[in-house]
Amino acid sequence: MNNGMSLIAVFFFVAIVGLTLVITWWASKRTSSASDFYTAGGGLTGWQNGLAIAGDYLSAASFLGIAGAVALFGFDGFFFSIGYLVAYLVVLYIVAEPLRNLGKFTLADMITARFDKAKVRGTAALSTITIVLFYMIAQLVGAGALIQLLLGIDYWIAVLLVGTMMTIYVLFGGMTATSWVQIIKACLLMLGTVIISFLVLREFNFSIANMFTEMKTVTENGEDYLNPGLKYTNGIDTISMLIALVLGTAGLPHILMRFFTVKDAQTARSSVIWATWIVGIFYVLTIFLGFGAAAFVGKENIIAANAAGNMAAPLLAKQLGGDILFSFVCAVAFATILAVVAGLVLSGASALSHDIYGQIIKKGKVTEKQQVTAARLGSIAIAVVSIILALGAQTLNVAFLVSIAFCIAASSNLPVIIYTIYWKRFNTAGAVTAMLTGLISALILVAVSPNVWNPVEGKAIFVGTALISLTNPAIISVPLGFLGGFIGTLLSKETDAAKYREVDVKANTGISVQDVSH
Amino acid sequence: MANKQVNKKNDIDYDAIAQQASFKALVRRKNTFLWSITAVFLCGYLLLPILTSYTTILHQKAIGDITWVWIYSAGLFVMTWGLCHLYVAKANSFDKEAKAIIAEYENGGNH
Repeated sequence: MNNGMSLIAVFFFVAIVGLTLVITWWASKRTSSASDFYTAGGGLTGWQNGLAIAGDYLSAASFLGIAGAVALFGFDGFFFSIGYLVAYLVVLYIVAEPLRNLGKFTLADMITARFDKAKVRGTAALSTITIVLFYMIAQLVGAGALIQLLLGIDYWIAVLLVGTMMTIYVLFGGMTATSWVQIIKACLLMLGTVIISFLVLREFNFSIANMFTEMKTVTENGEDYLNPGLKYTNGIDTISMLIALVLGTAGLPHILMRFFTVKDAQTARSSVIWATWIVGIFYVLTIFLGFGAAAFVGKENIIAANAAGNMAAPLLAKQLGGDILFSFVCAVAFATILAVVAGLVLSGASALSHDIYGQIIKKGKVTEKQQVTAARLGSIAIAVVSIILALGAQTLNVAFLVSIAFCIAASSNLPVIIYTIYWKRFNTAGAVTAMLTGLISALILVAVSPNVWNPVEGKAIFVGTALISLTNPAIISVPLGFLGGFIGTLLSKETDAAKYREVDVKANTGISVQDVSH
Repeated sequence: MANKQVNKKNDIDYDAIAQQASFKALVRRKNTFLWSITAVFLCGYLLLPILTSYTTILHQKAIGDITWVWIYSAGLFVMTWGLCHLYVAKANSFDKEAKAIIAEYENGGNH
């Protein structure tokens, strides 16, 4: 692969980097207030934000990871596509509109709309930053490995390259640049995926039935390739993983943050519809990417390029579309990573600069200028910390890191969001215990899981026997998050009936001071 | 977040709105709708790994060589898109009610 970089590939990479820098330059002139920086001034339309959500969500783990997983494990790889998509229903039905009606820049804003206490905000910020760091390390490690493979440069140079690009977008262009990078990336990713899928279908004479019949014989798994069970054999673990996928999305800070970039709940709603269609079509197409790679590249070649199967989609592009398509797909993968990490930096920075610095340390007494400066410094801090962590995490499994991020989001953020909006008796103590129980239990359960402990050296981080057999602990940690919030609430006598009525009215009517004409 | 700049005459009396019968009815119907649909799609979704892990009924062929597990998954995709649009239709009607509730509040003698 190392000498696979042709002039065409260099052209595509330079074109993407150039285009995104032009956008950043244009966006930088429109970024003067904190609201511009964090939420693009709340001025995105439904379709723009929908595309940006898709661009924020479809990470390299989706594009490269799922294509590879379907290629290697057939239906078991497709579980991810289903979970990541159905998750949008949780976002739409339970979270999106109340969040838009109550929040300003961050998840903590929304929770503190009801419990205006520093410890609640601080805990929410802590949870956000933890999720962002895990997710970011996963993306950077994946990006480093991919670019190393594509360009033949060292891992650390690749990580620094991606890290520098993401910092530039966020630092100068804030949410406006980040959103447009995500929108363009979503379009490019869909274009690349549709082209490859079309070429795959053409090979099967445009017949899906025919494709399934052929897939029975092309892999060494025979008919089993078309059924579940090639990778996931532990039922509880499979269910646990699917719980993390479906509930985690509604607690991911960089996805939640996207709902503050639109002007009202109606626009938030329409952006979820756009995102669900785009993301859904993409996930349907992962079948063609995966099957195509298994049939026309072959499992041995996929594994030879990368043991986890991450190179399946680019190799398929090369097989069916030659060097031009291969270069294009590699450049799209690069754009994909940049768009996702930029969104992550921004959401991490909002927790650090807006929540911890602006609201807790300065108690909200900051000028517009100080806020923007703090946001920029926060972005640099998040970027530097994650780059350093990623440099030390080269050998960690990317899918594992992403699944932890989803698990923490589902265990720590989702219970507190649901209780805040829907439970009258909920109180400050409950908000803190819900987040801490979810966060800590998810981290501890992962730390004693087979991802970290394996008796065979080199299979996991430490040599030894895991205390639990679950690779994803969501089935335990999500109920614990809800239970922690429940018990914490009952142990404290505090209630806030009047404040809850206000939150309930705001969440359900979208009423704000401007709406009422006097 | 308490908005300190809001002066007295612009304050909204949230309690008054919360006490309106129309508001209570809206919240009750809205929550019933949201949570019952959520229960339905979560059950439909989690039934998939339960069926694939503990039974082989989805392993059988449905159309040609396409097995039921793919048909079930396709059903989940269609369900997701369908429920998205159901939500929009419902939410638009809830919006109208919310507007009426605010109008009722504004005309309801808080001046």
